[in-house]
Amino acid sequence: MSGARGATAAHGSSGAHGSSGAHGSVEILVEGETVAGRAGQTIAGVLLGSGRVAWRGAQQGERGVFCGIGVCHDCLVTVNGVEGVRACQREAVHGDRVEREVRG
Amino acid sequence: MTRVAVLGAGPAGLAAAEAALAAGAQVTVLDEGARPGGQFWRHRPGLTDPRMQHGVRRFEQLQSALAGAVVHSGAAVWSVELREPGERGGAVVLRAAVGPADGARREAVVVEADALVIATGAHDLALPIPGWTLPGVTTAGAAQALAKRDGVSVGRRTLVAGAGPFLLPVAQSLALVGSTVVGVHEASRIGALAGGWLPKPWQLLGKSAELAQYAGALARHRIPYRIGSGVVRVLGDERVEGAVVAQLDADWRPRPGTERVIECDAVALGHGFTPRLEAAVMLGCEVTGDRRGRFVVVDDGQRTTQPRVFAAGEVTGIGGADAALAEGAIAGYRAAGLAQDDERLHAALRVRDRMRRFARRLETAHGIRPGWTAWLDDDTIICRCEAVAKRAIVERAEVPLRAMRLATRAGLGPCQARTCGRAVEAIVAEARVSATGVTAAGQAVDGSDSAAPGGGDLGFERRPLLAPVRLGELGGADRPTCGEN
Amino acid sequence: MRIAVIGAGVVGAACALELAERGAEVVLVDRVGIAAETSSRCEGNLLVSDKAPGPEADLAIHSNARWRALADRLDAERTGGQPETEFEAKGGVVVAFPGGEEALRRFAAAQRGIGIRAEELDAERLLAAEPHLSPEVALAIHYPDDAQLQPSNTTQALAAAAVRHGARLVVAEVTGSRAEAGRIAAIETTAGAIEVDAVVNCAGPWAGELGRRLGAPLDIRPRRGVILVTTPMPQRVFHKVYDADYVGAVGSGDAALQTSTVVESTPGGTVLIGSSRERVGFDEHPGVDPVRAIAAKATRLFPFLEETILLRSYFGFRPYAPDHLPVIGEDPRVGGLFHATGHEGAGIGLAPATAELVAHAVLGAPTSLDPVPFLPGRPGIGVAA
Ligand SMILES: Cc1cc2nc3c(=O)[nH]c(=O)nc-3n(C[C@H](O)[C@H](O)[C@H](O)COP(=O)(O)OP(=O)(O)OC[C@H]3O[C@@H](n4cnc5c(N)ncnc54)[C@H](O)[C@@H]3O)c2cc1C
Ligand SMILES: Cc1cc2nc3c(=O)[nH]c(=O)nc-3n(C[C@H](O)[C@H](O)[C@H](O)COP(=O)(O)OP(=O)(O)OC[C@H]3O[C@@H](n4cnc5c(N)ncnc54)[C@H](O)[C@@H]3O)c2cc1C
Ligand code: FES
Repeated sequence: MSGARGATAAHGSSGAHGSSGAHGSVEILVEGETVAGRAGQTIAGVLLGSGRVAWRGAQQGERGVFCGIGVCHDCLVTVNGVEGVRACQREAVHGDRVEREVRG
Repeated sequence: MTRVAVLGAGPAGLAAAEAALAAGAQVTVLDEGARPGGQFWRHRPGLTDPRMQHGVRRFEQLQSALAGAVVHSGAAVWSVELREPGERGGAVVLRAAVGPADGARREAVVVEADALVIATGAHDLALPIPGWTLPGVTTAGAAQALAKRDGVSVGRRTLVAGAGPFLLPVAQSLALVGSTVVGVHEASRIGALAGGWLPKPWQLLGKSAELAQYAGALARHRIPYRIGSGVVRVLGDERVEGAVVAQLDADWRPRPGTERVIECDAVALGHGFTPRLEAAVMLGCEVTGDRRGRFVVVDDGQRTTQPRVFAAGEVTGIGGADAALAEGAIAGYRAAGLAQDDERLHAALRVRDRMRRFARRLETAHGIRPGWTAWLDDDTIICRCEAVAKRAIVERAEVPLRAMRLATRAGLGPCQARTCGRAVEAIVAEARVSATGVTAAGQAVDGSDSAAPGGGDLGFERRPLLAPVRLGELGGADRPTCGEN
Repeated sequence: MRIAVIGAGVVGAACALELAERGAEVVLVDRVGIAAETSSRCEGNLLVSDKAPGPEADLAIHSNARWRALADRLDAERTGGQPETEFEAKGGVVVAFPGGEEALRRFAAAQRGIGIRAEELDAERLLAAEPHLSPEVALAIHYPDDAQLQPSNTTQALAAAAVRHGARLVVAEVTGSRAEAGRIAAIETTAGAIEVDAVVNCAGPWAGELGRRLGAPLDIRPRRGVILVTTPMPQRVFHKVYDADYVGAVGSGDAALQTSTVVESTPGGTVLIGSSRERVGFDEHPGVDPVRAIAAKATRLFPFLEETILLRSYFGFRPYAPDHLPVIGEDPRVGGLFHATGHEGAGIGLAPATAELVAHAVLGAPTSLDPVPFLPGRPGIGVAA
């Protein structure tokens, strides 16, 4: 059973109540470059915090965050080799490898 | 013991869980967010300026109440089904992939319950504008979420535009995370605002304290507030470099000659909210409304037209967090089996009825007006996912919606028309009205010509998958994890 | 000659074009509009690979050849705003898992006997053809003549071409008819009566009901099918790839849920995975069972799909006759009434040949096809006593 009775645990490696607690920092690799963010930020938050506004190639132009809450799918990135992750929904975990996606 | 499942852990879902627990039910809460709170409570110690967060005490109460429930966070619920009364009795069955957002090989969770409270909330409705696909343009809700949850803003000089009182907290949050807000442009005009509100939105009683505080913040940060004004074009090459604002008439048609350019590097757009109806639609709950908004139909006890299914919060009407809390409480009590006249419901019923009046005024004052399409160019992208321009939609407006979508790809992309659906419908409706020739009766514009074989229903609103899920995650263990005591 | 073609799906649109081009005065009547139903809720496979020798295979081979020229022509004649047919002669690859090799080999051998090209691929050629296919696959046969198109777009293009040749579109529901001297003289619609010399029933899964309204009931039933659509991705599937167990499901009359996996990529970048077959009437709540069953088979075929995001699913109702053969030709009971329906899971592929048979039946146009096996007078489809 994955539900936590009496607790509001987040699941899996995003471990919101675990290693990436409320304070401190995380470092992720964006296209091979190390980018620092604050623990608890989403990948979109880390990317924006580093001055990036766009990170996905669309049919016309680049895209970054649009809806910010997982609805629009503009912000997709590949995380640790898994495609199609919404950067605005996924909390950054120390060591995450983030890559661009390009829509053909 | 009655098993109550709650889909969504925003204000409505949390209040429903609290009430159902208080009434003695066994409660399971599922939400795709990494933690409960919904769109309203997303403050994070160390990341969020406390001035952005309201009702923290209430949130803490709700969270401690959850100690008695099973809570699945990070749970993307991709399917809900009603199982007909049969060998094992009738039930609602929810399926979720649980784990980090969009992760691969998340855990498959199946929850079975006697009653369900749908509290899936709403998302921003941002109308298309030429240039709105440029990086730096976000929804107003995105600006709010990024400020509250991540402590960041997209730009340094942000223009906030759209309609509704929500633009005010967004402007305040942007200012608190360090962006200059170059203006708040409210599309509605004095007449509409006076009909719905008093001349300034924050002067409404009932919401006055919170709204007055935002008004104070606007003044403190010297943020200009304009009514009857909107962004009609976003400028820039590779990202936002400015925006053209214009005065809008009562129908939101730009007034020629009033355009002026405002320099900015971000635009936050919000023309209201649109409910996340797909779970209710999947369950066959009746949904009503017109092109200005569709909502789940509920009775006085928040029960939908499916007896086991209740709905609360923004899915039943856009009324803000207080309305969501009250509706959630009513739904939770009723789902757990309390009678409508049980005195425990009284307080919530009173608040809800007051907030419903608030919601009506909100719609009267800020509801989308049909003239907005006048700010579109023929080549303005309407469907962001598939980069479909207005022209393509107009040229295929004559065929049934389903065929139009397949021909143009409008609404077929990853967001499944969540972003563009309402705009596409408006453009099709307008084109059909002005078209001559083959258009005929029977082609309703609300999607009723499209979704079901041989007859009407909801077009874009019908989404057979509630949340993205990977093919390898569909199978998994098929074992109920609720009610296994 | 005034002809009402009822139903603007792929079959009705193809018939309207064929008849209009041959000089008939055609009115195309549909209660919703062009491509509103099954022809926008299906896949666009033009298959010869799944047909066992018999009348339907003959129709498929003939139709397959006609599609190539027809799709080219529809694309060339396209006017503003009209979508492309997206015709692709990409070929099919049919595979068997261990244990299924013999059945597939036998099936392919029989097909070669009627002129269907079917070539066994060795491991190296298979890897080159479909590099992401599961190594578990034991046998693969390449069918170069299999093709695909976008069925909704193509239906819209066929209807537009018919209109260019003088056909008129009426959006109205056909409610009944008026006969004179045992022949249909007019159809009644929600937009008034339309006087006609002949009527073609192309109402797809509703053809039985329409037949009843026109005084000629027909046993055409719906068979629900669910299809999955993934998110767009770089191309990883190059042919129409399917599991040989498909061959079993097509001809089956079993009501229970059956699935067989056909995987194909589309020009939009999505992968389509079909499909299930269930006899549940017009039930619109397929639930999750077909989705999960199809996904399980697809991931066995292409393991990379495990991590692929499912974007949506949709379903449609295949129109089928109890003997699983299309019903094409004049009704023996009502003069001037013709049927063109019952194509089940192959109506897109069979549309051009069907239109040819309809033109033959209604106008006496020449055809090299044998119309007899498809005639409505045959036993077992609710027409003959
Ligand atoms: C981006 C955004 C920001 C907002 N910020 C504010 C604000 O700061 N202040 C304010 O007063 N109002 C804000 N609002 C308005 C807000 O919607 C309401 O005030 C309030 O949150 C509504 O409560 P609710 O419980 O109805 O829905 P929500 O709070 O929206 O909660 C719905 C929950 O359902 C979950 N959910 C939906 N579908 C699924 C699924 N398939 N599987 C799993 N979980 C699912 C969502 O993750 C979400 O947590 C915001 C709205 C948006 C869209
Ligand atoms: C899941 C699935 C996958 C499929 N895959 C393939 C494939 O890969 N390849 C292939 O060749 N085939 C495929 N098919 C089969 C194919 O879709 C059908 O055979 C074909 O679309 C039938 O076309 P139609 O014109 O007969 O029917 P439809 O497209 O359903 O058209 C019938 C029309 O009649 C109209 N109508 C009905 N009653 C009335 C009335 N009383 N008055 C006026 N109008 C009326 C309806 O509105 C409708 O528009 C698939 C089908 C399904 C369900
Ligand atoms: S920004 Fe819309 S899904 Fe992430």
